[in-house]
Amino acid sequence: MSTRASTLAGRVMSAPSIIALFLWMIVPLGMTIYFSFLRYNLLTPGMEEWIGFVNYKFFLTDHAFFASLANTLVLVGSVLVITVIGGILLGLMLDQPIFGRGILRILVISPFFIMPTVNALVWKNLLMNPVSGFFAWISTSLGFQPIDWFTNAPLTAIIIMVAWQWLPFATLILLTALQSLDRDQKEAAQMDGAGPISIFFYITLPHLSRAITVVILIETIFLLSVFAEIFVTTGGGPGLSTTNIAFLVYTQALLQYDVGGASAGGIVAVILANIVAIFLVRLIGKNLDA
Amino acid sequence: MESKFKTPFGQFAYTVFAWIIGLAIFFPILWMVLTSFKSELDAVNMPPLFLDFNWTLENYTGILEQSNYFKFAMNSVILSFGSTFIGLIFAVTCAWAMAFNPTKRTKDTLLWMLSTKMMPPVGVLVPIYLVFRDWGLLDNRFGLIMVLFLMNLPIMVWMLYTYFKEIPKDILEAARMDGATLPKEIIFVLLPMAIPGIASTMLLNVILAWNEAFWTLNLTTSDAAPLTAFIASYSSPEGLFWAKLSAASTLAVAPILIVGWFSQKQLVRGLTFGAVK
Amino acid sequence: MRNIMGAALCALLAGGVAFGASAETKLTIATVNNGDMIRMQKLTDDFTKKNPDISLEWVTLEENTLRQRVTTDIATNSGQYDIMTIGTYEAPIWAKKGWLAPLEDLGADYDVDDLMPAIRAALSNDDKLYAAPFYAESSMMMYRKDLFEKAGIEINGRLTWDQTLDIAKKLHDPDNGVYGICLRGKAGWGENMALISTMGNAYGARWFNEEWKPEFDGQEWKDALSMYVNILGKYGPPGATSNGFNENLSLFNAGKCAMWIDATVAASFVTNPKDSKVADQVGFTEAPCAVTCTGANWLWAWSLAIPASSKNTEAAEKFISWATSKSYAELVASKEGWANVPPGTRMSLYQNEKYLDAAPFAIKTLAAIDSADPINSTLKPKPYVGVQFAAIPEFQGIGTVVGQQFSAALAGQVSVDQALANAQESTDRTMQKAGYY
Repeated sequence: MSTRASTLAGRVMSAPSIIALFLWMIVPLGMTIYFSFLRYNLLTPGMEEWIGFVNYKFFLTDHAFFASLANTLVLVGSVLVITVIGGILLGLMLDQPIFGRGILRILVISPFFIMPTVNALVWKNLLMNPVSGFFAWISTSLGFQPIDWFTNAPLTAIIIMVAWQWLPFATLILLTALQSLDRDQKEAAQMDGAGPISIFFYITLPHLSRAITVVILIETIFLLSVFAEIFVTTGGGPGLSTTNIAFLVYTQALLQYDVGGASAGGIVAVILANIVAIFLVRLIGKNLDA
Repeated sequence: MESKFKTPFGQFAYTVFAWIIGLAIFFPILWMVLTSFKSELDAVNMPPLFLDFNWTLENYTGILEQSNYFKFAMNSVILSFGSTFIGLIFAVTCAWAMAFNPTKRTKDTLLWMLSTKMMPPVGVLVPIYLVFRDWGLLDNRFGLIMVLFLMNLPIMVWMLYTYFKEIPKDILEAARMDGATLPKEIIFVLLPMAIPGIASTMLLNVILAWNEAFWTLNLTTSDAAPLTAFIASYSSPEGLFWAKLSAASTLAVAPILIVGWFSQKQLVRGLTFGAVK
Repeated sequence: MRNIMGAALCALLAGGVAFGASAETKLTIATVNNGDMIRMQKLTDDFTKKNPDISLEWVTLEENTLRQRVTTDIATNSGQYDIMTIGTYEAPIWAKKGWLAPLEDLGADYDVDDLMPAIRAALSNDDKLYAAPFYAESSMMMYRKDLFEKAGIEINGRLTWDQTLDIAKKLHDPDNGVYGICLRGKAGWGENMALISTMGNAYGARWFNEEWKPEFDGQEWKDALSMYVNILGKYGPPGATSNGFNENLSLFNAGKCAMWIDATVAASFVTNPKDSKVADQVGFTEAPCAVTCTGANWLWAWSLAIPASSKNTEAAEKFISWATSKSYAELVASKEGWANVPPGTRMSLYQNEKYLDAAPFAIKTLAAIDSADPINSTLKPKPYVGVQFAAIPEFQGIGTVVGQQFSAALAGQVSVDQALANAQESTDRTMQKAGYY
């Protein structure tokens, strides 16, 4: 049906978005690339000078860089695993007839509507505080030492918060996919004597593969730049144990006001994110006949 | 759907189990709301106080007296809905074109669009800030609407594209046979079928824009400041703050939470990203 | 379709724009969300009544966010604010760069000479005042008189850190919910590093030598950090690495700390029975010394300044004069009681019998502020100004990175030696990159 006229119309119609996005990408990106070759501290204006790759050298040889790269991957990977598995389980749960299913569904998806800052503040103070937090009370009433989250398991604490926020998103998409599962196919398998576990692995899971791909792709984009949760709770510490790439760039940009260094870090982050993206698309691309 | 449980007891146990899980996930929000009605000393009390404390509204009255909540909330509404409306205009046309007149490069274009979201915002803060300063867009609602619109545009195009693709092309062919022009085709044939997809795209973007906390905090001072800035004035002051913070948080998330609750069915129906065949 | 949506949007925007419009001079004031500032916002009716042509727009933010907002604004000359709340760290740096308007016309009855000399010096450049102190603080020790009495401990003269360690050990009783000592552990130049820097000073250490080289490889820092990790790690509360001022305040008020060394402003919170379970049991004494008492307590003043880019300098100066005047203190006293007057900025406040009666902590606060000197705060000579910081632009970044290393040492992730080596390396890199050597 692609006549020449409709192709032209298609071009014209998609052009505004593409141009807008292109400008949104290229203007800051261009400026950032330019800044990344300058010695440019916001606090010493007028002293900018061209210094070549020095900013990149400093960023890439900083031992904080590798630590934060590892933290970023662990954070994204763990949250993906938790939300996908949790999302499937919750999806299966909500797919059954339960008393008050509508309300239950509302409860489960609510975390998605909470601002990341609020999420972090509530978890840090009201729940995970080792002295007056709710979790500390549970531990002590069960006779355990309260877990000192932000000292002993800071990254885990961040992962839990972020996963809590994104679990509803995964659940929603996976639940929708589950509901579209062909009942006849399932019943036929049941007739043939397949147990619930083999039905899950041979029918349900393959049916979900596309939805899982979508969840992974969209979440990865957002998780690579997780920031508010870290800023509010641990400030990247103790040590570097919760510093991800986005937070490392933040320390350069808004603590050291080293625009040159932050720009170099930003460019490195973009390159890394795109490598991850290409990897992802390759790995799961066949599921995405976009 | 018929029950797969063999005994009523099995059904009962399962329901109880499911409710426990659901309440556990919801608990942090519940606890926040509960804490917002406590006095500061009760809020840090150990063991925690569940219902047996002096319920008080002093946190809420204090906050409403101290800051102009409605101005912040109004800005949040304007920013999130404004950016979503502009986004929809751009994204619907773009996704329509991509879905019905795909070219070889459509897939690459889509992935490129998504990749524009991968720059950590803090890395481009200074360039954007300088541009905004020079154009007089700092603390300006329009400027912020543009930022939020551009930030979420890739997701919108993607969502709508995958939704439009599910619409059978035969119908369009038939409409065209009947002599429908392009605009008519979109308004009378396509849009009605695409309403669920558009509605859930809209909702998702309102949520994302409402919760965006980096640009909205760094590019505003007062006139355009939304609820994220409101929260920033209650996190970690000197002195006990849990109860007040909880009340402020409750006020900040309540509007979007209620919108979300009422529209969750709509959200579910369209939130597929093409994941459902 | 497009037109309808566009029209709807325009209507929406227009509706919104109508909000902030006003005819008179509007002052946009950026401030931190601390109690004294919040109180000031409630009392501004007094100011607007006297100055009906001036309206005030408050931007209240949490400390870290505030700092990043105002710094970005002033460094890019964006002119979003007419008055900024800044500290003794920013004031001298910004004044030197010409980013702040000097406060030369604060009014006849302002009495600049009444300001505490140390604070006035910290906020001035070339003898001109660039920021007016709203409230000021030093650091001191707050302790539980009841617990000290029960254990038979008496304080004679100024404590040393070794003695403090012994006391913490004696009073540490986690089974009954009492920890020996509460200190800041959260990483940040204004968080744990404020305390650790004063400990460093007490052990004879300094941030930089005369050649601007960091000195974390010296024995002084090793002694200081070992003491810090030892005392807080063994006799501190769980979760110490995420405790800042607030968290410790909550702990102390809940009766869980036997000792707490922190800002002097905490005194009015811990003695307030509405917030504190131990209000009548709090004693105050100076922060501990080690090899020296020089620089063993810090100095900070939240102050109001006018960016040079402001177009409303005159109105802004009027407001600053009002907010930091003697009559503002009286206004607070008449509305909320003398104990709630912003402390530490004016000598006259400490000669006021009513204040001294209402604030049992006043004498110790005054002594602490008086003894803090931003110029001579280390045993060995140093090239920088500041007790618990070095007033150079690079310090925020350096202090934060070093603070992270020290919190890692406290968490037991790295050894004291390793943390110091890392701190030395990263500070050295930053100073080198910034072109100091």
